[in-house]
Amino acid sequence: MTGSDAPSRLLIEIAGLGVALNCEDEEFARLVAGAYSSFLALPGTPVACEFAVHIAPPRGTDPDEDVCVSLADGKWQIRRGDFEAEFDPRARQGWVRYTANPYSVDTVLRIVHTLLAADAGGFLVHAAGAILNGRGLILAGASGAGKTTMCRLAPPDAVLLSDEICYVMRHGEEYLVHGTPFAGELGIPGVKVSAPAAVLYLLARGNQHRLVPLKPAEAARQLLRCILFFAEDAELAGKVFNSACEFVRRTPVYRLEFRPEPGVWELLR
Amino acid sequence: MSELYVARHPAAAWRRLEDEVIVMAAQESWLFTLNEVAAEIWEAADGRTPLASIVRDRICEKFEVDFEQAYRDAEELLRALAERGIVLLSETPLEAGAP
Repeated sequence: MTGSDAPSRLLIEIAGLGVALNCEDEEFARLVAGAYSSFLALPGTPVACEFAVHIAPPRGTDPDEDVCVSLADGKWQIRRGDFEAEFDPRARQGWVRYTANPYSVDTVLRIVHTLLAADAGGFLVHAAGAILNGRGLILAGASGAGKTTMCRLAPPDAVLLSDEICYVMRHGEEYLVHGTPFAGELGIPGVKVSAPAAVLYLLARGNQHRLVPLKPAEAARQLLRCILFFAEDAELAGKVFNSACEFVRRTPVYRLEFRPEPGVWELLR
Repeated sequence: MSELYVARHPAAAWRRLEDEVIVMAAQESWLFTLNEVAAEIWEAADGRTPLASIVRDRICEKFEVDFEQAYRDAEELLRALAERGIVLLSETPLEAGAP
């Protein structure tokens, strides 16, 4: 099944994992397909999980309710004011009730991928990402740290993976950093490509351009603060913790202090 | 001085990274970094070895420090970690990893 051969069925592929959305509303499916056009799956992409998508107000939720992800009877219950969803990780199936809002789709995809990634030894991280000279660079930081600024300053030969969220997955003995469709302030989705994760930079604004190597424990602490994780589940939290520790054990990590000037990218070559 | 035993809480995730240990208290997702000395105590905290033995055998010898001072520092650290729920302290031996 491809992402485009059935308007009501979409297969959205991020980091090699296909999430199928079987939409009962074709107009909504077209809207979502447009928003994720560059991440619609190619033939042969494995389906990691399937969701039946219903356009209906969520039941019994406060419209301003924050996202809540919990495990009950082996199924993930995901709720926010504008949607509710259930995901059975063993059957790899679930359902979603949305208001007809594409931003809700974005949130559900982010949450589902945090669950899939955690089980697969990976994680989603608040980070800009780029491929430069074949090397995957991860530029992580909280809101305001400079992710979008670094993307705006990027040289023409850098392939930007995302200005907001990158996907890090383990493949054998190496980690790959993948682009995602999750956009930040640039409002431009990332691209569906990946590269070996060569370096993790933790962004910090400063008065000069400077790289400060971090010891692995400090690197892990700072990386964990940037990892997306919503689930109230100790076992899964432990998996993410181990993945972050393993990643910093294998990957050089620096604090990148920078002024918002293009010259900062010369440090990253 | 009564004997004191210390065990790592089973719900705490942890990893040694070079000479330090990073610990996550799962319930609150608090993160702690233990320095080289604290990491030695953490790894020896099996619930069965008295703290005095851990300090004498793994701290005083390796770091060439005075026992009394090292023991006071270790106890202070462990009581702080116990308040955060990542270690268990008892005057009798603990099952390793017992809640």
